Amino acid sequence: MSVARTPLAERVRWAIHDGFVLTRRNLIRYRRIPTLLVFSTVQPVMFVLLFRYVFGGAITDLPPGAEAYVNFLMPGIFVQTAIFGATQTGIGLAEDLTSGIIDRFRSLPTARSAVLAGRTTADLLRNLFVVLLMTGVGYLVGFRFQEGPILAALAIGLAVLVGFAFSWVSATIGLAIGELESVQAASFVWIFPLTFASSAFVPIEGMPWWLQAFARNNPVTIWANTMRAFTLGETYVRAIGETMGGLVLRSGLWIAAILAAAVPLAIRIYRRT
Amino acid sequence: MSVIEVEGLRKSFGEVVALDGVDLEVAEGTVFGLLGPNGAGKTTTVRILTTLLHPDAGLARVAGYDVVREAEALRHVIGLAGQAAAIDPNLTGRENLEMVGRLYHLSPTEARRRAGEVLERFDLAEAADRPARTYSGGMRRRLDLGASLVGRPRVLFLDEPTTGLDPRSRLELWDVIRELVREGTTLLLTTQYLEEADRLADVIAVVDRGRVIARGTADELKARVGGEVLAVRVSDRSRVPEAAGAILGLGPGGGKVDNNTGEITIPVGGDGTRLLVEAVRRLDAEGIELADISLRRPTLDDVFLALTGHAAEEAPTPPNGTRRRRRSP
Ligand SMILES: Nc1ncnc2c1ncn2[C@@H]1O[C@H](COP(=O)(O)OP(=O)(O)OP(=O)(O)O)[C@@H](O)[C@H]1O
Ligand SMILES: [Mg+2]
Repeated sequence: MSVARTPLAERVRWAIHDGFVLTRRNLIRYRRIPTLLVFSTVQPVMFVLLFRYVFGGAITDLPPGAEAYVNFLMPGIFVQTAIFGATQTGIGLAEDLTSGIIDRFRSLPTARSAVLAGRTTADLLRNLFVVLLMTGVGYLVGFRFQEGPILAALAIGLAVLVGFAFSWVSATIGLAIGELESVQAASFVWIFPLTFASSAFVPIEGMPWWLQAFARNNPVTIWANTMRAFTLGETYVRAIGETMGGLVLRSGLWIAAILAAAVPLAIRIYRRT
Repeated sequence: MSVIEVEGLRKSFGEVVALDGVDLEVAEGTVFGLLGPNGAGKTTTVRILTTLLHPDAGLARVAGYDVVREAEALRHVIGLAGQAAAIDPNLTGRENLEMVGRLYHLSPTEARRRAGEVLERFDLAEAADRPARTYSGGMRRRLDLGASLVGRPRVLFLDEPTTGLDPRSRLELWDVIRELVREGTTLLLTTQYLEEADRLADVIAVVDRGRVIARGTADELKARVGGEVLAVRVSDRSRVPEAAGAILGLGPGGGKVDNNTGEITIPVGGDGTRLLVEAVRRLDAEGIELADISLRRPTLDDVFLALTGHAAEEAPTPPNGTRRRRRSP
């Protein structure tokens, strides 16, 4: 009777099981080589300190609600950290492709989705860890969540979600290129313009008009502003001429759009390799 | 009963024809050796049979499952150790094996039990809880082979299992393989060494440029080479043709002069010692000085020579060049 139903339920159950097994495998790597985790935190910490103390004094004219630069900066750092962290997904997959271990996985009765799901989930957890650590560093240099724990959690959740979406972009690039050094190089081609030509670190009003046009529509700007809405509150949202609902909606749409494009593409390339 | 049935398998990579109509049949519980030089199409065949690659044409069934249409079911009953060791260097040996067990959908306890067994069997128990990155090349290879056994596969595929192993490890591995076969596993292995195929395989197929050019038992193949081979080198390269003229007629089936090395090789059947003495005598009579003369077991090259009239050449493009480099630690 349940012949038609059971296989699908079974498949989903095993897909989750296999994804979990491979997530664990990917996380063990960080336990075995703690320096990996150290290095993925050193860079964001450096960004926090440099921006906070080198540029902090020079950046004035911040929107109301974000008068203290560190409060303006940290949401931008969260987004940037999550996106930088996501490049590890493609690098990890390229490593697995070259080492031949993906061939082993594909010869096993393992769910097809598990290799990608295991990798992106592990990277999501690592990103969560790094963003939490950044929060701690932020607190040491004067950052404060202004709007209470729920909105603070939403801000961190948004950063991690952004990282997850870019993990799939990175997976697509990693699988398509497959060659480790090229994947690393390719990541930085898009990641720097994307994160810096945005409101992540400075208000976009100081940029030349053509760059402003790009920065204004850059999803990183929208995410950074949404996160500021969560950490700084209504004053800030009104000052930049937005609404909380509008920001959250556009943030969500961008994440959904990136996932909708990258997930099927990554899976298609994975099946082909 | 045939566990592996392959008919007219074809596969091209762009311009390169990797498989040009391969037919194979492997009986249950036997060892089948796929013997061939670099680029012959051994790995391509294994990858198709283990569902990693789709053929362009032809049929292949393993354990009764079509490798394309029933790939998912097939994966439950096969094990693969590919040409490059596919283990995670950051996991310990035990974690690697347990992970593979879990991915075969064994329970955690069962996966742990089998990981323990495999570690014992491959002499890795002592290193079991060290990250595999600290293993020697041979240990990695053994762990990789072990991983292909965790699922207790009915059909096992080993792609050049002993390449990169020292002679002792190679012998040990041969023992493990024989034991598996005694337990009923069907094994398809690829190798570039005639000796290995000879020691392990019940039936050997010789592949060259994507085709099976001969098949049979090791004895049958060697009979075609003619047992041992007499190899002669003379001191004065300019006298090679003269020397060849004097001794090429000795053996039952002609012989060959390698223009690069100046080596003359003659299949000598079971009559090696007498013909060696005879060759020395004739060359001495002609006043040709010998640099080296020896009797040796036929190599893959000799088999190729006998079968095709040409030596086992490399394919035009270096096959798996990158893989090979990656494997060396
Ligand atoms: N992914 C690929 N892309 C392009 N050509 C390929 C690919 N895989 C194999 N080939 C080509 O197909 C041919 C057969 O390769 P294959 O790897 O099956 O040989 P092999 O017998 O396993 O050789 P070796 O002993 O070196 O491992 C070679 O000419 C190789 O260059
Ligand atoms: Mg090969």
